[in-house]
Amino acid sequence: MKTPPLAIQVSGLQKSYGKLEVLKGVDFSVASGSIFALLGSNGAGKTTVVRILSTLLKPDGGTATVNGFDAVAKPERVRESISLTGQFAAVDEILTGRENLIMVAKLRLVPNPGTVADDLLARFGLSDAGGRRVATYSGGMRRRLDIAMSLIGDPPVIFLDEPTTGLDPEARLEVWHEIQSLAGKGTTILLTTQYLEEAEKLADRIAILHQGIIIVSGTLAELRQLLPPAKAELVERQPTLEEIFLAIVGNKEGARR
Amino acid sequence: MSAHVISNTGVMLGRSIRHVTRSMDTIITVTIMPIAFMLLFRYVFGGAIQTGTDNYTNYLMPGILLIAIASGISYTGFRLFNDMQSGIFERFHSMPIARSSVLWGHVLTSVVSNAISVVVIIAVGLVMGFRTSAGILDWLAVAAILAMFTLSLTWVAMIAGLAASSTDGATAFSYPLIFLPFISSAFVPTETMPGPVKAFAENQPVTSIVNALRALFEQQPVGNDIWIALGWCAGILIVAYAFAMRVYHRKVA
Ligand SMILES: Nc1ncnc2c1ncn2[C@@H]1O[C@H](COP(=O)(O)OP(=O)(O)O)[C@@H](O)[C@H]1O
Ligand SMILES: [Mg+2]
Repeated sequence: MKTPPLAIQVSGLQKSYGKLEVLKGVDFSVASGSIFALLGSNGAGKTTVVRILSTLLKPDGGTATVNGFDAVAKPERVRESISLTGQFAAVDEILTGRENLIMVAKLRLVPNPGTVADDLLARFGLSDAGGRRVATYSGGMRRRLDIAMSLIGDPPVIFLDEPTTGLDPEARLEVWHEIQSLAGKGTTILLTTQYLEEAEKLADRIAILHQGIIIVSGTLAELRQLLPPAKAELVERQPTLEEIFLAIVGNKEGARR
Repeated sequence: MSAHVISNTGVMLGRSIRHVTRSMDTIITVTIMPIAFMLLFRYVFGGAIQTGTDNYTNYLMPGILLIAIASGISYTGFRLFNDMQSGIFERFHSMPIARSSVLWGHVLTSVVSNAISVVVIIAVGLVMGFRTSAGILDWLAVAAILAMFTLSLTWVAMIAGLAASSTDGATAFSYPLIFLPFISSAFVPTETMPGPVKAFAENQPVTSIVNALRALFEQQPVGNDIWIALGWCAGILIVAYAFAMRVYHRKVA
């Protein structure tokens, strides 16, 4: 089977919860091996997109293709291709960190679950904590374990839904570091974030989800061109993504920040 | 594919059983209340209750076991609800596994943990004077009835665990079930009850289950009670399973 050039392809995606239209025709695509950031404020519909892509939710319209498989028609094939790290760390509090990893390895029928678990614990700086119940972990440790659980079985596509929300600056840096090293290994990563800085830092391409559609997408350089360069400034300064976002969105909630 | 289901379900069962064994307080809570009832009825009310038998502990035992199971399944609802809340339920559903193993892990854990409390309570009962001449086949029949009762109430618990929006909602459904044995033949003969209460007591599932278990323990002819008992369990099981599946498919695409 040849690897499709596009790891994720979303077109015309629609989803409503009752009367609330959350996605009104979302289009974007993600190249294999790249990091793609879906940027949007709280409630924009980022999690809804991720849940559709990970076969947890059916769209009302449009198509979503992951690793060449349609999320609605071939959900099993999609699940074989992905790992989801949800918005809130989905770890088993009563098990130890090591037991959590072994559990996922056994479910994915990966050989030598114990070795896989120990390797990941070491890689994520959790070796000392591996024998402790997750209930005793800090937020950053939970998040790292959560991401480690997603790596088992080497899925070609990984979804990270707000991987650093709620983490302190130090833990956020650790997670950033891990995401960057993953992408270096050829894994496709779709991450969602509310932090413009995070998208700027990590992503090859960025799409801004606002009021149900992708209002803009492209590389950071392309997004920067959407703003007229500063004129009368003494020191030339590149606009930040935040400024781009505010210029495009230009609504009340953006203006408050 | 089916090997997949069995392997996945085994992992889910192992995980959930750890939840049981690592919260000793739940095991104690589940067994202590029925044992307290057993003590209360045996040593406080027992002297005044006329059942026409000389061993009131024997008379009590079936009802006490049903109370233990009815309270035990509230923890099944609780564990499933916690999985739904913590996001691990969604993680499992986004993985390349047999999705059915997620619920069946909880169901089997419920059966195993309730079997443990039943054994503990029977052991305490033996100390308090419970005696039976039941043979292997009778015990197998007892185990089958209790397993069916556990399974049917477990699927009721699955509905609560899937649909609840709070911990209370996920567990409170069991309170009326715990109460049901008190309005049955479990502790006093139904003949002593006033008309409408008697009619309810004699036609609700607990009475036929209690009567069937009592007959098996005492090596009396079980008559129709065992079939009525199993019929009730099967009926509850089918209806609860159908409802649970509807709620499940509303929650999971
Ligand atoms: N299951 C649901 N039922 C009803 N409304 C929902 C549900 N899930 C999300 N929403 C609503 O849909 C909108 C988008 O939610 P979400 O996709 O979680 O946004 P984000 O992840 O960008 O914060 C929000 O207004 C949210 O309240
Ligand atoms: Mg979200």
